[in-house]
Amino acid sequence: MTGFLSGMLITVGINIIAVLGPSILLGFTGMFTFGHAAYEALGAYTSAVLTMRYSVPFPLALLCGCVVAMLCSIPIGVPTLHLTSDYFIVATLGVGEIVALLMENLDKITGGGRGLPGVPLYTNLPITAVLVIACIWVTRNFVNSRHGRNCVAIRENQLAAECIGINAFKHKMIAFMISAFLGGLSGGLMAHYVGLLHPKMFRIVRSEELGIAVILGGAGSVTGSVLAAIVVTLLPELLRDVVSDWRLVVYGLAVIVVIINRPQGLMGYREITLESLRGLWSRLAAGRKRPAAPGAATTGRRS
Amino acid sequence: MLRVENLDVFYGGIHALKGLSLHVDQGEIVTIIGANGAGKSTLLRSISGIVRPKSGSITFEGRRLNTLVPSAIASLGIAHVPEGRRVFAGLSVMENLEMGAFVLNDKKKFKENLDRVFNLFPRLRERAKQRAGTLSGGEQQMLAISRGLMMSPKLLLMDEPSLGLAPVLVTTIFSAIKEINDAGTTILLVEQNAHKALKVANRAYVLETGNLVMEGPASEVAKDPAIQQAYLGRKARKAGAGTGR
Repeated sequence: MTGFLSGMLITVGINIIAVLGPSILLGFTGMFTFGHAAYEALGAYTSAVLTMRYSVPFPLALLCGCVVAMLCSIPIGVPTLHLTSDYFIVATLGVGEIVALLMENLDKITGGGRGLPGVPLYTNLPITAVLVIACIWVTRNFVNSRHGRNCVAIRENQLAAECIGINAFKHKMIAFMISAFLGGLSGGLMAHYVGLLHPKMFRIVRSEELGIAVILGGAGSVTGSVLAAIVVTLLPELLRDVVSDWRLVVYGLAVIVVIINRPQGLMGYREITLESLRGLWSRLAAGRKRPAAPGAATTGRRS
Repeated sequence: MLRVENLDVFYGGIHALKGLSLHVDQGEIVTIIGANGAGKSTLLRSISGIVRPKSGSITFEGRRLNTLVPSAIASLGIAHVPEGRRVFAGLSVMENLEMGAFVLNDKKKFKENLDRVFNLFPRLRERAKQRAGTLSGGEQQMLAISRGLMMSPKLLLMDEPSLGLAPVLVTTIFSAIKEINDAGTTILLVEQNAHKALKVANRAYVLETGNLVMEGPASEVAKDPAIQQAYLGRKARKAGAGTGR
């Protein structure tokens, strides 16, 4: 049971890190990505191959995975970041599939469609926990920094942002590279947790999952994304005992219900802070019912 | 101050500006009037670098702007208040103004400018904490102009500031334009409300499908019979007499 619990927590942690990337892109820069799994794949395979074939120590290999993902984001970003919303989505979709197919066809390095078994299992709960906290901290700082502000201005209105002197391309690129770095990190952690890599793990389904988590949590809220990553990871597992085979259907329905009833996501633009939790507690204690409170209360307790 | 020479701009196959030349001198209000699709907005967009001209030159205080990116042009002191307001809807009024001072990097100057725009539009001070998207159209326009002013521009490009506003607000906006100019900011104003624009401006250019068809002091342009008929209409002919004094 403790094995199962810590396994769940590690998975939750990996997904939190993974969601932070699209959260920066979609929530704070206004770029929806459908190919984020590509950076996870790059991080995962880089780290796995380095530890397995070249006996590189785990932390260094993990870092190399992040850096490779980040460096790969540059040639991808240069031609695509000029594209506006819909076109950018399609471009990221293409990139995601290209990377997954590369992993499938670079047989000698990645093991191709047979997968890459025997990745050493270095990922454990303490490492994951520390990295999750560090990543959330970095993301919060980025979002609240001058760069983050500029990204928000670009999200709100790129033309107006450029008119007041913000270099939209530069700031989009910074956001893109940070999100790729985080993607590489989550991929690396995943590789060394699961112990087996297969190109299918990084196809569009994975990218979709991350995008959905950001929208569910509320685009424009870091804590919302974290919360959604937790819910999206745990919900199918919690439903496993209740509805067994139908759990994915129920999960899909749950997503649709949230989107219809709260299109701004669970948190909207707001963040969970100590003050907001205290406020929530006093409201609950006073027994007053606010329309937004019940949802936030249950999910808050779960986290 | 600003000099545009033989500017050619294309959108795909469409020749939007055809060898356009104009200049704006220090301290002036210059207006460009013309119908929809005449190329007025395109001109402002090429000056601020959002649209790349095919040929011709744009120089600002002796510096060529053609090859610069929009952010670099803004940091030279050219603020563009784009058409249709375009405030940062999800940010508060205050945050919008802070973003406007992006190229400034000077706390004292920021305070000064903030006081200046709050004095110009007291309404914004009242709404400082409100989300910009919840402001009325007129207030959003005030905010868009103020955001442009926050970077202490030498030249303010204004694209249709009166678009879609109630008459009383149009008057407010135009008196603000005058006030901004009196405080020393040069203004290039694109307007469809030719009557008001010609009243406030020193000089005027008339643009028709990418060509300049007329230029001169605003009061003379306003008196021109062809212009009266095409842009000022019946209603404005009365007012035209008013400008003649």
